[in-house]
Amino acid sequence: MSSQPRIVITGLGLTAPNGNSLTEFRANLLAGKARIAVIDVRHMGPQPAGVCDFDATKWQKRKEIRNGTRVGSISIYCAREALADAGLDWDKVDKSRVGVYLGITEHGNVETENEIHNISQFGNDTKYWTHHHNPRTVANNPAGEVTMNMGITGPHYTIGAACAAGNAGLIQAAQMLQLGEVDVAFAGGVSESIHTFGIFAGFKNQGALGAHADPTKASRPFDKNRNGIVISEGGAIYVLERLDDALARGARIIAEIAGWCINSDATDAVLPNPERQTECVRMALRRAGMSPQDIDIVSTHATATALGDVQECTALRAVFADCPGTRINNTKSFIGHCMGAAGALELAGNLPSFADGWVHPTINIDELDPECALPGLVINHPVKAAKVETILNNSFGMLGINSALIVKKYGVA
Amino acid sequence: MTKEDIKQVVLDIIADIAPDEDLAAVKPEVRLRDQLSLDSMDFLDIVMELRKKHGIEVPEADYVQLASLDSCAEYLHPKFAAKGK
Repeated sequence: MSSQPRIVITGLGLTAPNGNSLTEFRANLLAGKARIAVIDVRHMGPQPAGVCDFDATKWQKRKEIRNGTRVGSISIYCAREALADAGLDWDKVDKSRVGVYLGITEHGNVETENEIHNISQFGNDTKYWTHHHNPRTVANNPAGEVTMNMGITGPHYTIGAACAAGNAGLIQAAQMLQLGEVDVAFAGGVSESIHTFGIFAGFKNQGALGAHADPTKASRPFDKNRNGIVISEGGAIYVLERLDDALARGARIIAEIAGWCINSDATDAVLPNPERQTECVRMALRRAGMSPQDIDIVSTHATATALGDVQECTALRAVFADCPGTRINNTKSFIGHCMGAAGALELAGNLPSFADGWVHPTINIDELDPECALPGLVINHPVKAAKVETILNNSFGMLGINSALIVKKYGVA
Repeated sequence: MTKEDIKQVVLDIIADIAPDEDLAAVKPEVRLRDQLSLDSMDFLDIVMELRKKHGIEVPEADYVQLASLDSCAEYLHPKFAAKGK
């Protein structure tokens, strides 16, 4: 990628079940504080879930919130916070040169389920089906709501990439910036999945829905007694720019995008393929001009399913067998699986390591699964690293989509 | 139900669909669109809520009758009466 313009992160906004800003989120990751609630899921009753409590009215009128979607509100909150963080002089930005690229795992299920329930109260007469259904369920909805709220007239769309979507949004933005399609990109991943019972029921019937008497311990990646995914909502949206533009305006540079890869298993709809994951990580390293020993933190996907974690650890063992300085962690043990937002949030939680040198752990490991024992795995307590200059962020999804994104501290070779 | 009651029914619906608006000073004789920030989707919401909450049907050809609170009351009064309300 050396012949292409360099791409940097200059702003970040997020909402996670345990934090509505990077400062709050990071503090909880270092303090080992998970936050998982128990919510009443339609047709299913109480289930553990990660719930965000950001104030949507900070950036939206109440009518916007009513007419839009939950994920639209999440997206607007994150994008507006990212803009404030980036320090862009918004009035002077050419809005036709701004793009919005948001990764999603799924979209439209929430509104469709709600309307099916709604008309069931009226004898299933479709004349009671809301006219808001189509604008709420078109696949570009979350990105489109951002453009309407912020007056952005450049391109916007979502990237459907299952649980690899957070990385996919960032990668899409980097590519569009390199192509010169836009000058500023808002990119990342978002999810409203806790509001659809279908995703809970689907995982439940797949034997992959996490449960525990203490909801904050329900998401237990790499623990021997893990029993599945905790579904969460959330979002993380970044401001990306070409390095030259960022330097010209004197922007604070949070990190540089160093390399990436997205590939496909082409084997099974739900069972990950470690061989393809290995190839994905190796290709991202090659494109970044790095070797495995150059990676300081590996942020794992780690959904806490019995097989998924083993498959991922098999892949990581193959790449990082000889990397004593590489630390490995995950974020889902704190906040569950934020689906389309997962990859973007997990990267965000690790970015402050460039400045403070701490590596947050994976928590909720009472008994480490030997099949998930990786050298460098940071268990239950944060560790201070000798240096943190690079992060590999892995996110994988159904239908065999793999994504690996490498970011590095700006200014290092 | 009096015409004043019907105006309040419509105002209550508008309060739900346009929660940022100040409805205290709405003039009944002035077009709602001229004094509130309402678009075509909002008027469809009024039609939908009349249907869901009160069983009142407003055919598309009659949407123009919902222009102001006064015209709403005139148009809806016999419909509410027919419902025994």
